[in-house]
Amino acid sequence: MNCTKCKTKAVIDLPRHNAAFCRNCFNGYVHDQVARAIKSQKMFRRADRILVAVSGGKDSLALWDILLKLGYQADALYVNLGIGTYSEESFRKVRNFADAVAASHGAKLLTHTVEEEEGAGIKELAQLIHRPTCSTCGTIKRYQFNRAAVEHDYDVMATGHNLDDEAARLLGNVLHWQDEYLDKQGPSLPASVEGFAKKVKPLYRLSERELAAYAVLNRIDYIIEECPMAKGARTLVYKEVLNRLETESPGTKQTFYWGFLDKQSKKKPAPTTMTEKDQSTLHPCTTCGQPTTAEVCSYCKMMSRAKAHSVS
Amino acid sequence: MKVQLSHPARTVELKGPKRAKDVLRDLNLVVEAHLVIRGDELVTEDEMLFDKDQIEIRPVISGGT
Repeated sequence: MNCTKCKTKAVIDLPRHNAAFCRNCFNGYVHDQVARAIKSQKMFRRADRILVAVSGGKDSLALWDILLKLGYQADALYVNLGIGTYSEESFRKVRNFADAVAASHGAKLLTHTVEEEEGAGIKELAQLIHRPTCSTCGTIKRYQFNRAAVEHDYDVMATGHNLDDEAARLLGNVLHWQDEYLDKQGPSLPASVEGFAKKVKPLYRLSERELAAYAVLNRIDYIIEECPMAKGARTLVYKEVLNRLETESPGTKQTFYWGFLDKQSKKKPAPTTMTEKDQSTLHPCTTCGQPTTAEVCSYCKMMSRAKAHSVS
Repeated sequence: MKVQLSHPARTVELKGPKRAKDVLRDLNLVVEAHLVIRGDELVTEDEMLFDKDQIEIRPVISGGT
């Protein structure tokens, strides 16, 4: 199989685009898809300071690599969740990338260790408050990334969510008709109220397989091992189902998610915009000051429950 | 050929020559969820793989939230 663009030997085929690429043309394709995502969704401008949420996995390290190569000012934050050797190994991958690649672009790595601030790793915290580990992890990461972006004056926070992540999430939300979550499924979420950083997903046009290929072709050393806490997670089942459909009918995932975004953008104007809605429903948490719909935010409630359980 | 798999990590032996997509099919693996790597080079689905080749089938799915 030859490269669709330059006719040399291809290293990856992309059935959804009816194309195949050599290493150089594939890198060009990936960079172009990210540049299109940034521009079409008005994610950020050249002068903006970006904070990339990195985990040591292929998506977030690929995102950091791509943004730096596209010439953006992108630092990164790693949240150490305290999941034994998995966290140690993932941090080592992030540290190596920061030293070997990011430093030469003038970018720096920030870190936050859950155990230092919250007194326990996420596994213990989830057990204390009787919540699934993935949901506890999600709350902590969203909170810490937002806090770091705001406290360090970044213009925008970028995450490595890809087409598969977004299509799987959409499938889950549609299967359970979680309308309230559908409004927040866009790749660019505004800093609607004081205390919220703008959040963007520049990889939403690229599939998980394409990002793994980008990491392999560019010698990005990422953690291949699956998070031990994610075993049996529903998202993985949705992804598996979507990949079976994609293999039978290439383009299914992008038609599903991009079609949703297209419909969202053509929707009749809602009586209130998301910013107006957030401004009317969100106010500072009485404990930490970050935006919440309740008196005390879910993070502070979770930590308070965890502390109460650990004392008793 | 020796084929290295992940989740869980294991190695299986397959008889070549065989195209990459047929190796995936024989192992009951979905193309869209895997990469085929020969040595340290990525290969396309139609690439012919031989007994002397060292193959890694790398899963690409991640995430739990």
